[in-house]
Amino acid sequence: MADTVTPHGQEPIRFETHPSRYKHWKLAVDGAVARLSMDIDEDGGLRPGYPLKLNSYDLGVDIELADAIQRLRFEHPAVKTLVVQSGKDRVFCSGANIYMLGMSTHPFKVNFCKYTNETRLGLEELSAEGGVKTLCAVNGPCAGGGYELALACDEIYLSDDGSSAVSLPEVPLLAVLPGTGGLTRLVDKRKVRRDLADVFCTLAEGIRGPRAAQWNLVDKVVPRSKFVATVDAHVQTLVAQSTRVSDWEGLVLEPLGATYRSDGADYRHVTLQIDQAAHVARITVRAPTTDTPTGATALREQGNALWALRAFRELDDALLNLRFNHETIGLLLLETEGDPAKVLSSDAAMFASRDDGFVHEVLLFQRRVLKRLDQSARSIFAFVREGSCFVGSLFELSLAADRTYHRDDPDAESPATVQLSALNGGAFLMSNGLSRLQTRFLHDPERPAKLLAECSIYDARAAEKVGLVTLAPDAIDWDDEVRLAIEERASISPDALTGMEASLRYAGPETLETKIFGRLSAWQNWIFTRPNSTGPRGALTMYGQPERPEFDWRRT
Amino acid sequence: MSSIATNEKIPNNVDLTSDKRLQRALEEWQPRFVDWWKEMGPEGFQEDQIYLRTAVSVSPDGWAHFDYVKMPDYRWGIFLTDPIKDRTIGFGDHYGKPVWQQIPGEHRNALRRLIVTQGDTEPASVEQQRLLGLTCPSLYDLRNLFQVNVEEGRHLWAMVYLLHTYFGRDGREEADGLLDRRSGADDKPRILGAFNEPCQDWLSFFMFTYFTDRDGKYQLLALSESSFDPLARTTRFMLTEEAHHMFVGETGVLRVLDRTCELMAQDPNQDARAQGGIDLPTIQRYLNRWYSVSLDLFGGEVSSNAANFFAGGLKGRAKEDRYEDHIALDQTMTLTMVKDGRLVDEAVPMRNAMNEVLRGEYIEDSQRGVDKWNRLLAERGVNFALTLPSSRFHRQSGIYAGIHFDPAGKIITEAEFNAHKNEWLPSPEDEAYVKSLMTKPVFEPGKMANWIAPPKHGIKGRPIEFEYVKRSE
Repeated sequence: MADTVTPHGQEPIRFETHPSRYKHWKLAVDGAVARLSMDIDEDGGLRPGYPLKLNSYDLGVDIELADAIQRLRFEHPAVKTLVVQSGKDRVFCSGANIYMLGMSTHPFKVNFCKYTNETRLGLEELSAEGGVKTLCAVNGPCAGGGYELALACDEIYLSDDGSSAVSLPEVPLLAVLPGTGGLTRLVDKRKVRRDLADVFCTLAEGIRGPRAAQWNLVDKVVPRSKFVATVDAHVQTLVAQSTRVSDWEGLVLEPLGATYRSDGADYRHVTLQIDQAAHVARITVRAPTTDTPTGATALREQGNALWALRAFRELDDALLNLRFNHETIGLLLLETEGDPAKVLSSDAAMFASRDDGFVHEVLLFQRRVLKRLDQSARSIFAFVREGSCFVGSLFELSLAADRTYHRDDPDAESPATVQLSALNGGAFLMSNGLSRLQTRFLHDPERPAKLLAECSIYDARAAEKVGLVTLAPDAIDWDDEVRLAIEERASISPDALTGMEASLRYAGPETLETKIFGRLSAWQNWIFTRPNSTGPRGALTMYGQPERPEFDWRRT
Repeated sequence: MSSIATNEKIPNNVDLTSDKRLQRALEEWQPRFVDWWKEMGPEGFQEDQIYLRTAVSVSPDGWAHFDYVKMPDYRWGIFLTDPIKDRTIGFGDHYGKPVWQQIPGEHRNALRRLIVTQGDTEPASVEQQRLLGLTCPSLYDLRNLFQVNVEEGRHLWAMVYLLHTYFGRDGREEADGLLDRRSGADDKPRILGAFNEPCQDWLSFFMFTYFTDRDGKYQLLALSESSFDPLARTTRFMLTEEAHHMFVGETGVLRVLDRTCELMAQDPNQDARAQGGIDLPTIQRYLNRWYSVSLDLFGGEVSSNAANFFAGGLKGRAKEDRYEDHIALDQTMTLTMVKDGRLVDEAVPMRNAMNEVLRGEYIEDSQRGVDKWNRLLAERGVNFALTLPSSRFHRQSGIYAGIHFDPAGKIITEAEFNAHKNEWLPSPEDEAYVKSLMTKPVFEPGKMANWIAPPKHGIKGRPIEFEYVKRSE
């Protein structure tokens, strides 16, 4: 049965798109410079009921943005600088559409914020790891999510025309928080003084002109008549500063051609299977069927068919499908299938060519997909059993899981084993800046290097002993153990589990990323459900209504 | 006592001499204002003696003191109408409570924005009109232009007084900003679009003072209902001056029409242009342009800002006490919206439609002058009537922007609009023709340019031949 409606009765959201189908952005590439112009189609919202006025956005706009950034990485290696700008005359971007937020369910709001955060972090990674400099050219009012998009760029230029301003009006106007890391980036990234940030974040109309630069809310304020020329000149400086490796042909990303079913989706290397009644989903990732050739040239030639790229693109799509179209699925079971040697062959080839421009981008992409998995507000269990291939890059799935069950069955024809590859050593850093192995063994910082050096094959008991898996039930207990674990998990409050898992997953240091997601799932989640914002008289509910909000004045 | 902020130099009824804060602010701002006036005020007449009205007090004999003065020496004053004892809030969520003598923190930013937006239009119009004196049709009109200009300057002072007195450092910076922006400048344009279009000829000036200054009147009427009492009292006094500006516009257009009828009668083909006058269709096109531009100034038809301003008691309806329900929560207003290319009526919560309420009053008021003009045409036996176009015609903001309408308000295609554009709006040829009539100023007392009739009366009982402007050369 084709998947035409979600279990919640809405048309499912799809995450694949293409510049030829963009409604809201224009991507123009000219040599080393790319320009992304936001020109939002008012009537092009993902759902009916909220015109996207004044360049305000919804999830559909951000899906296009994420696609554009992804294509810049793979299809346009010559690009060394990205300019984010408005395609409209008198407005840059007025942020997430307030009426869209007002109409959305709580889970959607949070998932929307999470996705837009992932996109903005991807923009920052494009600069930090991809070497593409980013400049936001703000010509017009730039409010809320609009300013948060600007904050995700390396530099912000603001036109000084008497009306262009940057602002975060969420607190004074809507009684919620900026949902895309705005508060954190203000003080942590741009290092705006916290007292000035306090003034800024309570001033709905924002700050314009020279003061915006004095407070470091933007990098430069330029008179309107000189704005375009100044931006253009600076773009050339940024091109010269870029460290991007551009000596490779771009790869045009092909559509995945997935088959979506009402209870899942089928891809070449990935299957998503939903059990709606049990609130459980199963994602199976299959190993490559052949060895991966070595050498950058051979890997580039594989192109769209390269397993490391293709399988992770499919996994990414499956995770997003699960998040947005299957809200009530609380438990995600991760499985793998295939020949572990083929996965290790892929890992070895990728690791050997990691400095190649194209391979570098694929590794970064895998890293982002694994982060997306970490960020998924679902309980995650991994099952290692006969026929699985939790090794190297696929063992990261197990490390990302809240628990791993490894079937202890020495009598099986080929008992399940796990194994590390060089890629587990730091190719796939988590949001906390550590590898998943390092995060796993915070109590024994020497152990990751030791395990990587040993390069052993671990059966269930060995894996349990060195701490690579959680539990190793034997063949007799396995079915009961697994059934009970799933049923037990599915019975616990989803809210409490989300909070608990998010707290436990990010042991170790705080980074900008962990702060942003932590504060999103704690403060913003809480504020979104409080009467002061979304109650019948809350500010978000009352926005645009003739009546004014009423607040419960008790501080929490 | 400071050298600038004296009662002698700045007539006022706000006890300036004992207000240290205001004195300090004006010490810095007043010289910058005079510099601005010299740079951006009327070009070429700063040394001339102009017969101007100056307000020296709010008493009936004080607000209209007439004498010759050089414009840079004009005494811009600060006046508020006398307070109403125990005035209470007349509308919105705070209805019936005492009005505010200080700004509540909650409304500080919104009030500042309202005041700055209103204040910005005052110097903007002076800038728009700064070259008009060079082509004046008579000394009488030249003097009226300058009277309008100095009073717009005084209205700027009125808003600056509020910014200086009630908004602290932010207010002082905003007051400086009002002198920094320039009408039509690329880098620092004035806030509202209509105030960045130059007013290049006298027909436009009369249309501007009739239509655009009338928007000013309605904005001031709405602000004069404000719960913030100093704003209400300031704007009430400004309204007395605004009335003169609309008089200049109404009688100006009337005199143009009068002369056009005369010239048509003289011409064998009834062709006013052949006789060096302005033909009626051109006048209608100018009316269409300035009326539609002025309608934009009222803001969006459906506006959450308007709802907030009303709910908060910041900006009411014109003459709020004529309404019965001052809370306006359970009412709706029916607006004609465009849905899928068709016009449909839709009910909108009344508070969100407050801009439209004000616009409706404005339209009614605008019609009165048009009726007067048409009575004149009828008296002269000319078979032509001027009409106000539909409020959907030629709009650049609000729900009708981006869609094409004919003057009757019917939806048409862009191609249809472009095909008729020069029938509905001044064409470049119209503009060139109107300007060609106004290449040289008329400085001889009592003389009028060929395209305009003399006024019925002079100023303050003076004859029409009176030397309203004494040229310095």
